[in-house]
Amino acid sequence: MNIKILGSGCMNCKTLHRRTEEALSELHLEATIEKVEGYQEIAAYGIMKTPGLVIDEKVVVAGFVPPVEKLKEILLAHRGPQ
Amino acid sequence: MKLVEKYPLGSVVILLPLWIALYAILQHGADALVLLTGLPQGERLTEAVRFFVYEVPKVLLLLTLVVFVVGIVRSYFSPERTRAMLGGKSLFTGNVLASLLGIVTPFCSCSAVPLFIGFVEAGIPLGVTFSFLISAPMINEIAVVLLFGLFGWQTALLYVGTGLVIAITAGFVIGKLKVERFVEDWVFQIHSNSAGMQEAAPVFRNRIQSGYSAVSDIVGKVWPYLLVGIGVGAGIHGYVPENFMAGLMGKSAWWSVPVAVLIGVPLYSNAAGIIPVVQALLAKGASLGTALAFMMSVIGLSLPETIILRKVLKLPLIFIFVGVVAFGIIIVGYFFNLVY
Repeated sequence: MNIKILGSGCMNCKTLHRRTEEALSELHLEATIEKVEGYQEIAAYGIMKTPGLVIDEKVVVAGFVPPVEKLKEILLAHRGPQ
Repeated sequence: MKLVEKYPLGSVVILLPLWIALYAILQHGADALVLLTGLPQGERLTEAVRFFVYEVPKVLLLLTLVVFVVGIVRSYFSPERTRAMLGGKSLFTGNVLASLLGIVTPFCSCSAVPLFIGFVEAGIPLGVTFSFLISAPMINEIAVVLLFGLFGWQTALLYVGTGLVIAITAGFVIGKLKVERFVEDWVFQIHSNSAGMQEAAPVFRNRIQSGYSAVSDIVGKVWPYLLVGIGVGAGIHGYVPENFMAGLMGKSAWWSVPVAVLIGVPLYSNAAGIIPVVQALLAKGASLGTALAFMMSVIGLSLPETIILRKVLKLPLIFIFVGVVAFGIIIVGYFFNLVY
């Protein structure tokens, strides 16, 4: 699973990053987390609100930081075939 | 919080009467509290303390209720929808609509750049985009609540009205100036490959939940500013002599409006921090126009936001943006000094 955190390094992006890592470790899932901080790249995903969470090139969260529990659900729902 | 999430509707039925009851006993509660401290009546310190223990719970209560309602209202709007509504509108109509939508569309200055790019990509004229970017931070729910709570509905309405006028005209002027060449070139070359996120329309139950999460987000974030702001306000209230500000920020000092804006632009605070201070200044003889101009320049134009916008705007356009808005605020300041 490839995860990208979209955001220019503001508070919310850091929180999202931390919570995603937490959710992953609680679920015992393996994933690479990449930070995308360039506005050009962020805009290419078509989001108008940061932070954004991208799983395998699909935008799954934009504009808010979900709680860890919610992130776990999202991660499980978008987990590719194992 | 778990119960509230589980029964969003039921919790409103219980919490709302509780809110009303708390609000009703505020004045007596604050007086009783001051009496309990045993501070001598009429002393400066006593008045400062009274101001603090009355204003803090009052403003927090008002803020909670309004942020809750705004959270629900905002769940009906998103930048994507706003963008769709603004597409293909003529210049002036677009400016008016963008300024109005700026009030209700969820916006955070850290998202200013992706939002700007999204608007440009959709072919929305720059002037219209600027109307949105001016109105969204300036006319926010916190400013409106505080003005309502501390000065009454007339001042709150006045603030919204003048904010709209500034956002509409400044955006219109910027649109007329043909500033496209001052936007970084790469912005026009972006074509996003996905349509962003497809969100399912929430049911009303979920909208109430977004009201609750707005409360925990926003009230959780601004309360320290609020305490500091009301603390400074209380200090001014108790210790600065009456009419002390009249000479500095009063009507007779013609230079006070531009100076207030010059000081206000680089200053950055959210509405929660600045408005209690402004209230105290007003009480000590500052004139309304000058105070309003100061407040608008602090809230509406902020250094961090301009620095963020520099990523997509070349320097001349940054100056035009700040210049046009500051000029508008100065005119509003003079106007109110003249009328009141």
